[in-house]
Order: sequence, then structure tokens, then C-alpha cells
Amino acid sequence: MDYRTVLTTCAYCGCGCSLYLEVLDGRVIHTFPCKTGPVNEGKLCVKGWNIHEFIHSPKRLTRPLLRQNGTLVEVSWDEALDFTARRLREIKEAHGSDSLAFLSSAKITNEENYLIQKFARAAVGTNNVDHCARL
Amino acid sequence: MTNSIAELEDADCIFVIGSNTTSSHPLVATRIFRAKEKGARLVVADPRQIQLALKADLYVRQNLGTDVALLNGIMNVILTRNWHAQSFIDERTEGFDEFRKVIAGYPPERVAELTGVAASDIIQIAEWYAKAKAASIVYCMGITQHTTGVDNVKSLANLAMLTGQIGRESTGVNPLRGQNNVQGACDMGGLPNVYPAYQAVTIPDIQKKFQNAWAATTLSDKVGLTIPGMLSGLAQGSVRALYVVGENPMVSDPDVSHVKKALQKAELLVVQDIFLTPTAELAHVVLPGTSFAEKDGTFSNTERRVQRVRKAIEPLGNARPDWEIIMEVSTRFGYPMHYGSPAEIMEEIARVTPSYGGITFDRLDGPGLCWPCPDKEHPGTKFLHKGRFSRGKGLFHAIDYKPPAEIVDAEYPFWLTTGRVHVHYHTGTMTRNSPSLHAEMPEGHLEIHPEDAHRLTVRQGDRVRVISRRGEITAKVSLTTRVDRGVVFMPFHFVECCANILTNPAHDPIAKIPEYKVCAVQIEKAA
Repeated sequence: MDYRTVLTTCAYCGCGCSLYLEVLDGRVIHTFPCKTGPVNEGKLCVKGWNIHEFIHSPKRLTRPLLRQNGTLVEVSWDEALDFTARRLREIKEAHGSDSLAFLSSAKITNEENYLIQKFARAAVGTNNVDHCARL
Repeated sequence: MTNSIAELEDADCIFVIGSNTTSSHPLVATRIFRAKEKGARLVVADPRQIQLALKADLYVRQNLGTDVALLNGIMNVILTRNWHAQSFIDERTEGFDEFRKVIAGYPPERVAELTGVAASDIIQIAEWYAKAKAASIVYCMGITQHTTGVDNVKSLANLAMLTGQIGRESTGVNPLRGQNNVQGACDMGGLPNVYPAYQAVTIPDIQKKFQNAWAATTLSDKVGLTIPGMLSGLAQGSVRALYVVGENPMVSDPDVSHVKKALQKAELLVVQDIFLTPTAELAHVVLPGTSFAEKDGTFSNTERRVQRVRKAIEPLGNARPDWEIIMEVSTRFGYPMHYGSPAEIMEEIARVTPSYGGITFDRLDGPGLCWPCPDKEHPGTKFLHKGRFSRGKGLFHAIDYKPPAEIVDAEYPFWLTTGRVHVHYHTGTMTRNSPSLHAEMPEGHLEIHPEDAHRLTVRQGDRVRVISRRGEITAKVSLTTRVDRGVVFMPFHFVECCANILTNPAHDPIAKIPEYKVCAVQIEKAA
């Protein structure tokens, strides 16, 4: 039996509460608040207390999907990544950099947001980058 | 936020406008309650009588979309009674005279007519806020999601500068960011006009700096498209490909029927997400990313605090961390990216992002760091604008009240406003897949005043058709005096009862934020 607690930051609202995920044999089984969290000081809201519940949802996507003859079918990572990169390149070559647009996300990390806008700006050559800050 | 969350509990007066804090930011609400226990005065202005309103020393219900009028009225009272901070205005601001002329046109009696708030209440808010030793403004999307969103925010800044309630402990203008890392996404340049740390894409020196840092051949100096621009670009054919990471415009954007048509026209729609969202269902390729539990990194919260996200479990199935997916796509596209870990990406971020200059993963093992944190010795910044504003002098804006883009008429006689509920979050992809939260509220609803319900001959739980100029949905009604007569409210989390089929995509001319908080609808009892 492998039991661990991992200190991390809540992924719901902008409060940024510190919480522990309880992990048993590679599965997140519970959440509890961190007493020294600077924002929450040992408290969580109803969403935070239950944040482990969506992680292992059976509806999670676990394989890349590619549309073939109108339906999304499971494919390998190589196939999905090659398709994505090739089509992005083809559209850039045919219609110019500004014919591509990117939505980064308020749900992913700073490091990931940085890479997306870097990809859009440095690789594709467009400033068409936005996310749902307004929504 | 200009100030930190913890400072709220030592304010003498807290003015909450357009934030349903107990539902959307519960752990900020905790600080507001603590402030009240310590004797602070709490003023709440909101078209809905939210939970916080029940605890307020003064609650006012302004008509939808009349925030500028209300704030100008408060400032008119402050000026005519000499409660303003003249020395602060002289030393630290500019544009005061022109601003003062506009404010003169908003005596409380006129404002009472525009806003529905009694003149005596306007005077009381002005007195409590202006005379407090430390007064704090807290706002959220109730201020920003309007065609006058920028005007609303500038009016709050005017109020804080007029009274000198900024640049000190427990004061300030404090927007509550709705998503865990919306602050970080903005800080990292996830915006069409700026690189990381809000460095403009149009400034040649800045462009040159990033061109060198990124070894890029050329960088565009043209401001890019916002989401509404991308969607109309898709509809018109000027945009051909859209790559969406962890967003769900098919539920979150206004006028969803228009969004769907636009997305269906894309030659290439790439969606990287953890669930097959309604947006992902339209994609040509879907890349399975990971949740926050399956990767390392950082989030930046609403008080600018950069905190660690730590990997607790391996990615589910064949899913991969989003940073790895982007590296792979970029490398295969022809722009190689090779980072060994998110910590290594942060090292690069710190080099090009002045406000994150001193942030490294090593330093984030404690309570995190609030930016600006320009160097490795800097302890971070608790509150902004101490002694001096970022732009030098604080600028007063002279702003007149403008009505919302759509107003009620004989055909669409009800005002509709939208928002969140306490157990759900944004488009529901996470909370609706959480059994405990789903059980609390499994479906959407329409809040309506009992007298309006009576006129429509509907009872609690009956279904109604809700119709706007954009589309039509059916919803169960919930009778409550939380909303005023003639006003209805819907949460926007529920795709099968989708408030954003109804909402108006009319947006603020500067921020491009849609007017989710106001549109006109017709309501009929469903057969």
C-alpha cells in the first residue's frame, strides 16, 4: 500500500487555496485543507473539499482522437501530433500566420500558458492569442 | 487585486459591488466576515440580493447596468460635502478638473432615478466609504461583463483616488479573478496585445527583446484577435484554424448558436482538454491533457500570488501534461522546444518577465510569492501603488453613464442577468463530473420574483420558455425575492439549459468583454 499526501493549489476559482491531495496506490481519494495556506488558513469551500472527485471521472479523455469519416476515433500520439503540426503548417503556408488562432487557458499552469503564446508568436508568427479572461 | 486577500479583514469599510463573493470566492468572503466581526462596515451593491447582502450594514439594489451612474452619484456626494482627499489628489493624480465637471451632473436625486437606489442610501455609502480610515473595494464580473465594463472599472478607480483609499494597507480596488489561473494566463501573455508581463507587442524594443530571447525569425507587431474576433474571423473565412487548450467556448461564450456555426467553419479545430467538451466534440483532433493533479507547475491567484502545483499521480491512461503536448506540436511544426521540466520553463519566464524576475520553483515551497518580484532577493509585493502609481500619476477619467446595449421592451419585457452558483464552476466540466457537487444541483434553473411567476401562472419547479433575440431555451423556475420584479437570473454552467444561447454578444469597445450581465428576454409558460 502506497499512501501519500501532496500539497498543491486548488484548481477552481481565483482564491488559490492550499490543499493536500490524499493519494492511495496512485489514486486521489480525498482532499483536505492546508492549515498554513496563506489564503485559506485551513479552510476550503464545498468545491475545494470535493476537488478530487473529477480527477478519476470515467469520462476523462485518455487517448488522442482524430476525426475520420466524420467521427472521432482513437489514434496514437504520433498520428495525432503529426496531423496537428502538419495541418497547422499547411494552413499557415496557404493563408498566412494570421489565419491561425490560439486559445490559451485560465485552467492550465503558467508554464503551459507561456509555451502556447510562445508557440503562437515565435513559431506561427501571429498574436492571435486569447483566453477566457472576459467570460 | 491591488491589495492582498488577508488585508481585507483589517479594512474599516468594505464596498462589494458586482461580486457574489460567498458563492464564487468563498475564502475571500471569509475575510469579509472577519472584517465585520472586527467592526468594519459592509456595503453591498448588487441587482440580486445575494447572501452577502443579508449580512451587509447597507444593501442597495441598483438597476442592471447602472453602475457608472451609481458610482458617479457617490462621488458627487463626496465632492459636494468635501469628503474627498485633496492632498492625495494634488500629489498623486491628474485629470481631476475635467472629472469634477462630469461628476457635477450626478446629484443623488438624479442618480436615484437612474439606478433605483434611494438618494439617502447613496449619501450613506459616500460617507462610510470616504470617511473610513481604510476602505476596500471588492468587485467581480458584475462590474466587468457589460458594454461599459471598462467605464465601470475606471469609475471604481476614480472613487478610490478621490478618497485616497489606495496604495495603503487594507484599501484598494480589488477585482476577484474567476478562474484559478486567469491572472497567470494574462501575466504569461495569453492576450492578443501583449507578451508576458503586459509588454506591448507594438513596441519595437520589446519585440526585439523577445525576438532575441526566442530565437524567432520575425515577430508580428500587429495586435491579434480576441475571442469574439477569432469567431467572426472563422465565420468570414479570414481565420482558418483554431487551437483551443482547456477552454469551452461552446458553453462559455455569448450567443452559442453563432459560436457553433463559426467553429464548424474551421478548416482545422484542435482541442486539448481533459474531457470531451461540447467544443471538443466539434474538433478535427482532440489531444488529451492532464488535470492539475497530474503535473507540476504554478498558478497565480487573484492577489498575484504565484503558488506551486505539484504532481500527485501519473497522467491517466495515455494522457500527457499540456506543456509536453505543446512542446511536441511545436517541435514537429518546425520550431523545436525542449524543456526538461516546468521548473526549467519558469527559469525562461523569469528571464523575459520583469514582474516574475525573482521567481523560481525553489522559492515557492512556502506561501508563494506575490508579483512584482523583480529579483531573487525580492520578497514579493503585498499591495500595489504605494507612494506612486505604475503609470506615475493616477489618471482620473471623466465618465458619463451609458445604458446597456439591450433594454427591455414590450416584446422582451424581462431583464436577464447570469452568473455562478456555489456548487458549480464555469462550464461545469469539472463540477458536473464531481458526484457530490452534481448531487447538490443537478440541473439549471431560472430565478424569478414570485409576483412575476404568479402573473405567468407558473409555480416552483414549472418549466418556462425563455426567449431572447438570439435564441430560446426551456428552464425550471425557482421563485425567489433575491431578484427584483422584472428581473430574472440564470446560472450559466448547464449546457442543456444554456444561458449563453440567450445572452447578448454586444461587447465593451475596449476590453471586448460581452454583456453577459444584461439582456432582454421574454418568458412563457412551457406547454
